[in-house]
Amino acid sequence: MLLFPEGMVRLNASAAEILRRCDGTRSTTEIIADLEQRFQSDAVATDVEAFLQSATKDGWLEWRDPAAT
Amino acid sequence: MSAEAPVPLLPMWLVAELTYRCPLHCPFCSNPVDFARERAELTTTEWCRIFTQARALGAVQLGLTGGEPLSRADLEQLVAEAHRLGYYTNLITSGVGLNERRMDGLKQAGLDHVQLSFQDSTRELNDFLSSTRTFDLKRRTAALIKERGLPMVMNCVIHRLNIDHVARIIDLALEIGAEYLELANTQFYGWAYLNREHLLPTRAQLERSEAVVADYRQRIGNRLQILYVISDYYETRPKRCMNGWGTTIMVVTPDGTALPCHAARVLPGLKFPSLREVSVQQAWRDSAAFNRFRGDQWMPEPCRSCPEKTKDLGGCRCQAFLLTGDPVATDPVCDKSPEHGRVLEIVRRQNDPGTQLPAPEQPLVFRSPENSARLR
Repeated sequence: MLLFPEGMVRLNASAAEILRRCDGTRSTTEIIADLEQRFQSDAVATDVEAFLQSATKDGWLEWRDPAAT
Repeated sequence: MSAEAPVPLLPMWLVAELTYRCPLHCPFCSNPVDFARERAELTTTEWCRIFTQARALGAVQLGLTGGEPLSRADLEQLVAEAHRLGYYTNLITSGVGLNERRMDGLKQAGLDHVQLSFQDSTRELNDFLSSTRTFDLKRRTAALIKERGLPMVMNCVIHRLNIDHVARIIDLALEIGAEYLELANTQFYGWAYLNREHLLPTRAQLERSEAVVADYRQRIGNRLQILYVISDYYETRPKRCMNGWGTTIMVVTPDGTALPCHAARVLPGLKFPSLREVSVQQAWRDSAAFNRFRGDQWMPEPCRSCPEKTKDLGGCRCQAFLLTGDPVATDPVCDKSPEHGRVLEIVRRQNDPGTQLPAPEQPLVFRSPENSARLR
């Protein structure tokens, strides 16, 4: 379950797996690698990128500039 | 890929109307017009029991609203308990009473988010609509919320009197650093229904405001999320009201009455459970009132055989009752409703340059305990 001002979304399993890895320290590449290892699959990149894009548009995610950390 | 999982029938969103006391007098208030009839407010202990029971049943989102929730001296205690139980806590406030001491207390108690209302982007109209001198105070409150690092939604109810200021309202939200702006076209219940002729915008006003919002969205990107609540009298399909009766949301009034939506008490023939007498679980699962409009067995035609019934669920029961006198009727906003002509007639009058609106014998009625007592 993702809670935010004025709303909530009950995430499906894949969305939850992706989002719980978005911790402000890992890069997209690291997250994809982690998911590929966890689910023994090498075809997650497209889905992850599409999800991150739509989650950003919905305001579920903020991006951090690696140079600033 | 859709990110959303199917949702079971749980009161995931608990709306706690802590009090009907409010320093503001907005003529579009969603509180019932007869709020003066309300019995004694729930105690701190009673609220905490309700939070616990609802949480056990799956509630996660908690809206602390009113009236003005800051009128309750125990608000910090209630937030602390809700936070301890694991809720995402939202304070929905006019900002009146949110001084540094209370802000710090709330932040310390674990408050997650503040929704701050403005009535307009100008001091004159903000203060006229709320019948208070609060515009400058609200701006200071906004600064205080941002200083404490809490996410902030700015809310502004939109209507005939301020809809032409939408661009300035968005500018104000950007200026005060809100993360979200809720531009809520007035929904006609409670006080707003009473004042509808003053408040329902013209089609030209509505179209201009939508164009302004679309333009801003394109220019400002993700800096500010604008939630635009549509004016459903101008639609041809009804809204999926409250995400469906008794599916997701439970509203609890200051005296502990459990409702499927803020306005439901206008509906005749339903006895809503009191959480002073039954548990949240009993109210949600077993009460006749919460079960009354679940599913589609209650639906008459044209809804019953309509392929869109799973989308809009027949629309809003309170609106059906207010406009047709029948709470079971299809929401007359729908152009398939045999009563749709009633909505068209209201809209026609609002847009007819030959009609003097509002009628001189109908002054704007401000929300106040005195007017409420008079109207009961």
